[in-house]
Amino acid sequence: MNGLSFAAAHPGHTPLTDGLPGPWTAIAVAIALTLYPLVINALGEPFYLNLGARVLVFALAASALNLALGYGGMISLGHAAFFGVGGYAVAVMGQQGWLAAWMSFPVAIVLAAGTACLIGLVSLRTRGVYFIMITLAFAQVFFYLAISLPQFGGDDGLPLRVRSLLPGLSLADPMAMYYFVLFVAGLAFVLLYRLVASRFGRALVAIRENERRMAAIGYPVYRLKLMAFTLSGGLCGLAGALLANVNNGVTPHMLTWHQSGLLIVMVILGGSGYFWGGLGGAAIFLLLEEVLSERTEHWNLFLGLLLLFIVLAAPNGVMSLRGRLRRRAQAAKEGAPAA
Amino acid sequence: MSHADTPPHVVLETHGLTKRFGGLVATDDCALEVHSGEIHALIGPNGAGKTTLLAQLSGELLPDRGRILFEGRDITRLPVHGRVAAGIARSFQITSLFNRLTVRENLALSVQARTGHSFDFLGTVEDESDLETGALEAAERVGLLDVLDQTVGTLSHGRQRQLELGVALACHPRLLLLDEPMAGTDPEESERMGTLILSLRGRHTVILVEHDMDAVFRLADRISVLVAGRLIATGTVDDIRRHPEVIAAYLGDDEESEGRAHPLPGHTGIGA
Repeated sequence: MNGLSFAAAHPGHTPLTDGLPGPWTAIAVAIALTLYPLVINALGEPFYLNLGARVLVFALAASALNLALGYGGMISLGHAAFFGVGGYAVAVMGQQGWLAAWMSFPVAIVLAAGTACLIGLVSLRTRGVYFIMITLAFAQVFFYLAISLPQFGGDDGLPLRVRSLLPGLSLADPMAMYYFVLFVAGLAFVLLYRLVASRFGRALVAIRENERRMAAIGYPVYRLKLMAFTLSGGLCGLAGALLANVNNGVTPHMLTWHQSGLLIVMVILGGSGYFWGGLGGAAIFLLLEEVLSERTEHWNLFLGLLLLFIVLAAPNGVMSLRGRLRRRAQAAKEGAPAA
Repeated sequence: MSHADTPPHVVLETHGLTKRFGGLVATDDCALEVHSGEIHALIGPNGAGKTTLLAQLSGELLPDRGRILFEGRDITRLPVHGRVAAGIARSFQITSLFNRLTVRENLALSVQARTGHSFDFLGTVEDESDLETGALEAAERVGLLDVLDQTVGTLSHGRQRQLELGVALACHPRLLLLDEPMAGTDPEESERMGTLILSLRGRHTVILVEHDMDAVFRLADRISVLVAGRLIATGTVDDIRRHPEVIAAYLGDDEESEGRAHPLPGHTGIGA
């Protein structure tokens, strides 16, 4: 593995290594996600193909947020803006007849990253609650822009009558759609892995740990954070472009602050600062929502209770449980009581 | 320490440096001159503006007026990280380390900042020997080789103070700004820190802010005295000990209670 060989050269786990996945987990995740449609088909439940694609899209969006929030310590309540910009880019281009994915997807990514860079330029000068409020305020601007401009479909949003075009593959087929999302998200996860395992990623985590010290030993903290925020926004835009396809269109709901909050909930649920935190959180949230809403109309209540239970049982997210079990096992081995 | 016949080489100088906080003048028209390779202590009663002056030298605070020259280059507007690249590093009065990381990782982060590639997103980090070498070198200098893989939070206070210095040293600075390196240490730890600081003489230029007057008079080559933001005297240890204004500032302040004003060693019979 090309991981943090420096930190991994010695035993023990610190925040610099906690956020790096092992190769076996990655392989297991890849195999499970590749086989998922085959299992679903064998069970005769094709509807779950679409659910699987949505989980992957939100996993990507939440993982993009995790780069800024979990690794970089930037609690953004405005990632719906980047998500929405990506989605609207594909939908608006689709309406103008620009359907080729190789055109609309890069445009979606660049627009979302550009938006993130501009918002970051201003908001990264603030800290803490101010940062949360400023990112929220910026995202609200995009929401009101979307509902007030008729070109963007106003309150109704924009339908995507024909899904993005790919050479040799029709996304109208749910199976093809799923594998396309898996392919794109997979590429994005490889990129994210390279980011967090690089010297850049290590600097980012260290900024989260102690920003003042990082400046004092010579890191251009603001520029590093801005870069992470921009990359995070770009990847969130890519997720938005995928969602526009999966949902056959976009609605202003993509841009609401609920959406930003939902992404934060997914990150925290899965494990902020853990590589698979975004995927874990998105999967748990969307699957619970699906299962519960089929059974009761008060599903929101039960969903809330279950989320509360999960957060109480795993305060640092589901992905942190492994480290906790490992530490407990180690403590038991050393004969000390588990912490 | 400097030879009388060769004029000393000035590494850092400030001209008319001024910083106000509302009505309070924290730094008042300061002209500081620090010579190459010396340990230059900055002393003064509490609230004299030592920390504020240090923050302007390190770049955390911008002065309202005046200039800072480092090795002849105007660095007044240079941000903190730019000054580290130029060769200035600092330690903090209140230990500020990566508490959840190991000693090795703390030191390696300083080395990474200096060797660059922090914007190298996709570069695999297979060859980390530069970080390893730099971290070991710094750990050896501050005597922390035996706790390399220990988490900082588990170290004693004295050892954390040593690491605080080591992290700054790992930046390979030519000028070191030490903000009360002995703060909160017991006599034994303080002794060890003193030896460490003495070992820097000649290899680095050091600006030392310290409350422990015994230590200051033992370690410093030259001393500058700040009172109410003004630099009232600069000179050798003996000069300062005899300086009437300094004596007045330290001993004439009746409202200053214990721990605030510091008696000058040699004058009160303590130390030196």
